Amino acid sequence: MIPVCPTTELPPGEATRVEADEPIAVFNVDGDFYAIDDTCTHQDASLADGWLDGCSVECPLHASCFDLRTGKVSGPPAKTPVRTHRVVVQDGMVYVQPGITADGAA
Amino acid sequence: MSPTVAVVGASLAGLSAARALRDQSFDGRVVVIGDEAHAPYDRPPLSKEFLAGKASLDDVTLGTPDDEELGLEWRLGTTAVGLDRVSRSVLLSDGSEVRADGVVLATGARARRLPGTEGLAGVHVLRSLDDAVALREDLASARRLVVIGAGFIGAEVASTARTLGLEVTVVEAMPVPLAGPLGTEMGAVCAELHADHGTRLLTGTGVAGLVGTGRVEAVELTDGTRLPADVVVVGIGAIPNIEWLADSGVALGNGVLTDARGVTNIPGVVAVGDCAAAWSVSAERHVRIEHWTHALEQPATAVATLLGAEGAVPTSVPYFWSDQYGARIQFAGSRREDDVARVVEGSCADRSFLVVYEREGTPVAVLGMNQPRLFTRWRRQLRSAVPTPS
Repeated sequence: MIPVCPTTELPPGEATRVEADEPIAVFNVDGDFYAIDDTCTHQDASLADGWLDGCSVECPLHASCFDLRTGKVSGPPAKTPVRTHRVVVQDGMVYVQPGITADGAA
Repeated sequence: MSPTVAVVGASLAGLSAARALRDQSFDGRVVVIGDEAHAPYDRPPLSKEFLAGKASLDDVTLGTPDDEELGLEWRLGTTAVGLDRVSRSVLLSDGSEVRADGVVLATGARARRLPGTEGLAGVHVLRSLDDAVALREDLASARRLVVIGAGFIGAEVASTARTLGLEVTVVEAMPVPLAGPLGTEMGAVCAELHADHGTRLLTGTGVAGLVGTGRVEAVELTDGTRLPADVVVVGIGAIPNIEWLADSGVALGNGVLTDARGVTNIPGVVAVGDCAAAWSVSAERHVRIEHWTHALEQPATAVATLLGAEGAVPTSVPYFWSDQYGARIQFAGSRREDDVARVVEGSCADRSFLVVYEREGTPVAVLGMNQPRLFTRWRRQLRSAVPTPS
């Protein structure tokens, strides 16, 4: 597990980027945490810099939208989904488990 | 018989309209007519990654596997040549016609050419995929490129050509590039990127003509200077594709005239994307917007109206971007000439800044260079500040 930050440092509506083999973006949506690949599948842009709207993040550059729960594309021009990663909150700390999807599949 | 909607135009606006029809539960026939042979593709990469050879045709294709489920009927490689308002039929170049209950006009715009340069090899415009393929091939064996017009397309082509190792000169008729969209002050700042990356920028200079027989050899300026050129790219704006509607009774101006929801003067006919000049509540005139995001978002409203819904007038904030010389330029909002530009983060000298345009102290637009995160926050703030028109 990769430690991200204390929950207090990631309030609702905020996102942060975690360096891993592939960078990961972690979001707080009204108290629920989600993690997806940080790099947009359309072009090189950081989704942690994106526009969070409900459970959807809009790429800051070209407006591709991804569903944080599934990683699926919900708006073009991206065509390929991003991977999701499991988020664990323990003792006030947010952790991600790269390689394990949000629904638990390895 | 099930109802039919004809979508005339198969680029981003046309595809978005077709998707919106299905999204809004229209289960009749959707016929999408496109004059290009290609399936819908994304134009922004054509001056950047695609031109540089870093993106393939597959990369720029807009369609997704989900689109295949939409049951769209494609008529690609077919040009619409007329619209019969009485039978609401779209007449096609192959002599056939598509009778429809609703028509979405999404024929886009085409690049403006330099008069008198037809048939001169080495002279390009950049709008379509075929344009990009032809330019890419020509640049591969070229040494000197002259770009006429220092707008976003011109700047992006110049930037890409520099990465390919060409000697690049950009000629701009106006004293300051991009003054229209960004204002004089910030237009000048963005234009400094050219010099940063070894592109020569000549401003306030008109083009007298092109020199060469058969193939272009030089660009002659109004002051008599000759700029030797192996390839010339003309980036001087776009013209809406509306001539085919001249006898249709559809009201035309600088584009197909529509209300704020995209509705034309002909019942059952709406217009979207670059070909449409929609009534702007804030500007109090028809405005033709050529932005990518506009072509993506606006069709949903027009389609809803076509299907009989009385939807609200969209209140989106205009947004566009340009990637050039490794810099990411983003702009959102509606700027007027007398708005005051104020740097709120970073500095122009560092090529990393956020500028807010203010009108009587109220932010109305925002420009970012290499500040995507902060820009996004400001863009969101502008969007939430837009009053809903009654």
